[in-house]
Amino acid sequence: MDRPLLLKIEGVSKSFPGVKALSDMHLELRPGEVLALVGENGAGKSTLMKVLSGIYSVDEGAFSLNGEPFEVTSPRQAQELGISIIHQEFNLMPDLTVAQNIFIGREPRRAGGFLSDRELNVKARTLIDRLQLPLDPKQIVGSLTVAKQQMVEIAKALSYEAKVLIMDEPTAALNDAEVATLHDLIRRFIKPDTGVIYISHRMGELKSISDRVTVIRDGQYVDTLDTAATSMKEVISLMVGRRLASDLGPEGVRDDREVLLAVEGLSTKPLLKDVSFELKVGEILGFAGLMGAGRTEVARAIVGADKISAGTITLRGVPIVINDPSDAARHRIGYLSEDRKRFGLLLNQDVNANIILSSLRELFSRFGFVRDKQARARSRELVGSLRIKTPSVAQIAKNLSGGNQQKVVVAKWLVKDCDILIFDEPTRGIDVGAKEEIYGLLNDLASHGKSIIMISSELPEVLRMSHRIAVMSEGRLTAVLTADEATQESVMHYATLRPEQSIADAIELGIAGPHESVQTTRKAREK
Amino acid sequence: MTPTSAVQDRPTRGLAATIKSRFQQFLAFGSLIVIVVFFAFASPNFLTFSNITGVLFSTVVIGTLAVGTTFVIITAGIDLSIGTGMALCAVMSGVFLVNWHMPLLLGVLAAILFGGLIGLINGFNVAILKIPPFIATLAMMLVAQGLALVVSGSAPIYFTDVPGYLEISTGNLIPGVNFPNAVVVLAVVAVVAAVVLNKTVLGRYTYSIGSNEEATALSGINTKKWLIIIYTLAGLFIGLAGVMISARLGSAQPATGMGYELQAIAAVVIGGTSLFGGKGTIVGTVIGALIMSVLNNGLQIVSVPQEWQNVILGGVILAAVYADNIRRKEG
Repeated sequence: MDRPLLLKIEGVSKSFPGVKALSDMHLELRPGEVLALVGENGAGKSTLMKVLSGIYSVDEGAFSLNGEPFEVTSPRQAQELGISIIHQEFNLMPDLTVAQNIFIGREPRRAGGFLSDRELNVKARTLIDRLQLPLDPKQIVGSLTVAKQQMVEIAKALSYEAKVLIMDEPTAALNDAEVATLHDLIRRFIKPDTGVIYISHRMGELKSISDRVTVIRDGQYVDTLDTAATSMKEVISLMVGRRLASDLGPEGVRDDREVLLAVEGLSTKPLLKDVSFELKVGEILGFAGLMGAGRTEVARAIVGADKISAGTITLRGVPIVINDPSDAARHRIGYLSEDRKRFGLLLNQDVNANIILSSLRELFSRFGFVRDKQARARSRELVGSLRIKTPSVAQIAKNLSGGNQQKVVVAKWLVKDCDILIFDEPTRGIDVGAKEEIYGLLNDLASHGKSIIMISSELPEVLRMSHRIAVMSEGRLTAVLTADEATQESVMHYATLRPEQSIADAIELGIAGPHESVQTTRKAREK
Repeated sequence: MTPTSAVQDRPTRGLAATIKSRFQQFLAFGSLIVIVVFFAFASPNFLTFSNITGVLFSTVVIGTLAVGTTFVIITAGIDLSIGTGMALCAVMSGVFLVNWHMPLLLGVLAAILFGGLIGLINGFNVAILKIPPFIATLAMMLVAQGLALVVSGSAPIYFTDVPGYLEISTGNLIPGVNFPNAVVVLAVVAVVAAVVLNKTVLGRYTYSIGSNEEATALSGINTKKWLIIIYTLAGLFIGLAGVMISARLGSAQPATGMGYELQAIAAVVIGGTSLFGGKGTIVGTVIGALIMSVLNNGLQIVSVPQEWQNVILGGVILAAVYADNIRRKEG
């Protein structure tokens, strides 16, 4: 190369008590490229990001930007150097407007220290127009979709005239159309003197957006490949260090299973309208749909986390009333939330406390006293059988990587021995290797007679795992497809069905009719 | 340790690891020792048997309140009603024993249960009505203060005619040795509370709710019910504190109580319990309460004016919490 590398990292190491997070890491970002950074959970991606943004200081190692050595001491300084990072969790103030968020701390001022909202909005408008973003400077950020909030983050990052933009799992919560918009935005950002480091678990995306892929594993550099000349299977096998089988379908599909749970006319005030379906013994029932279709809401309503306004739930033919999650647990229905940090884990408690939480009273106590020995023994068993990577069951949960945290949540419900398990996005934010393990686990549970509801935004995952697929759109259940009927196209069709179209119409037009006719019908109706 | 032996617990935790994980308590304990040593050198009157028992004696009321409220604070709640609630329980003890002539044991029990009732109402307001703990217990603080005055007719109730009542606090279990019963009561209370917090389901749920209430609820635990139980339990300590203070004074003083809650909370915080919930111990709270009374007593002995004692206490609270923050950042 005649031009110096845009960003170069050499020999970076970083240890935490008991863990070597990065060891002799290196990374080279060329000017004008999108470099994908991939690795399993716990491989060190997040640590690397935090090192680059000045949140962590390194034990050793050297950094250079355009050939100039530099040191990062604080997030602010990293920004001034031209390194901007978009974290998975946004740093936005939900009650402020788009413009206020973008220019927070740098608001244009008038004489006397007063702020000028007009000037602020004009500045934001200029920036938004330059980046061609579908945003309004005066909108309140909290009212925007996740995708648009992310655009605000990007606008904010780019307003610092960033040269290096690092994105951590930018598409984790986006649908396909939103991903395409994001990729357009990235392509517009790339100039001869800028570069993007793109961290993602979604292999398909890397192909469409990145020039090269750097693979890291266990805190160490593995390899960097040209994306165009590499198959995703190769990348994945480098990541996990072993080959993966693909093109698998659901296991153990049968149509003679008994009905275990019947949900009839389930409705909630905010969203759900007349949702009815059945869950059978030993079955994996997939729930597909777009963001906001109401899949999570169905799960929360079933376990009593949200109030229902109508509907009945029948378990083994007997109607049951579930007012809160403790009722659900008594009926042996467990719910694993999509947001494990908020709704799944006690982050500041140890692994053992998390694993035994739901079964503490029932299995590990006598006269109100906790039987710690038994509890810890059971936790250790599960840590072993689920291969949770942790130095001990006394480790604090927040020190585990995302995939291992997810396994801890799964372990909690395995101890409880539930008949019905509702997995909401069980593989979100988890690397490919850990995903395979979760899939294996779900199949295993089903084959042992557990009934599983699996909510997922990744269509290939739903299609691969589900015996049947319930599809939702805007708070309604639009179809329940068998494994044979379900294809990417048919699921997407029902997932985009507008509520004003009757289901009967849909069946008529749906799979049989050409896709476009549905679209035109919809447009005609909207007018 | 190699990664492959990952499933094992650390077989023996080194002293260093123990100190690190319980840093705040060791810090609090170390500070207590340092303060004691300092005052021992500063005044020959400090480290005498009668002064030490005096210090312990003066810790009882704040200590009892602090131990009870530790549970509430670990759930990430707060209880501002413990001070005036205590005054109300003292008054109720007077009502039961003096006005209604209930037998001693029954009257004391009724007063303690009355404290439980205060806690039950707090718990209901917090868990069921979803009123933030600060507000719910602030309201209860005012209600209890008002009721104490209403019930007593704004006049102290004297226990002069209740045989044995004063003995609860000032009597000596061992004849001839001037070691007040109140200290024994605090010790028993602390041990019981520590066992409940560490060894029972209730204790574990206290930490779980404080760590993440929603996740605990979604794990199938009836957090509303448990929160009510926890506040009720803390209320029993309010009742006990009411008995202890009135037995010490020989009277129920309806207009007192305000300010005790903040001292108790200070003791809890100095002892390393996080106001954000999920973290804290009874031992820490007891040490925190001791630090406060040793400081009060010692500063008095070395003739620091009363006004300055509070200034110093404020400084100690800031230092204690700041030390904890530093530890967290490094941890």
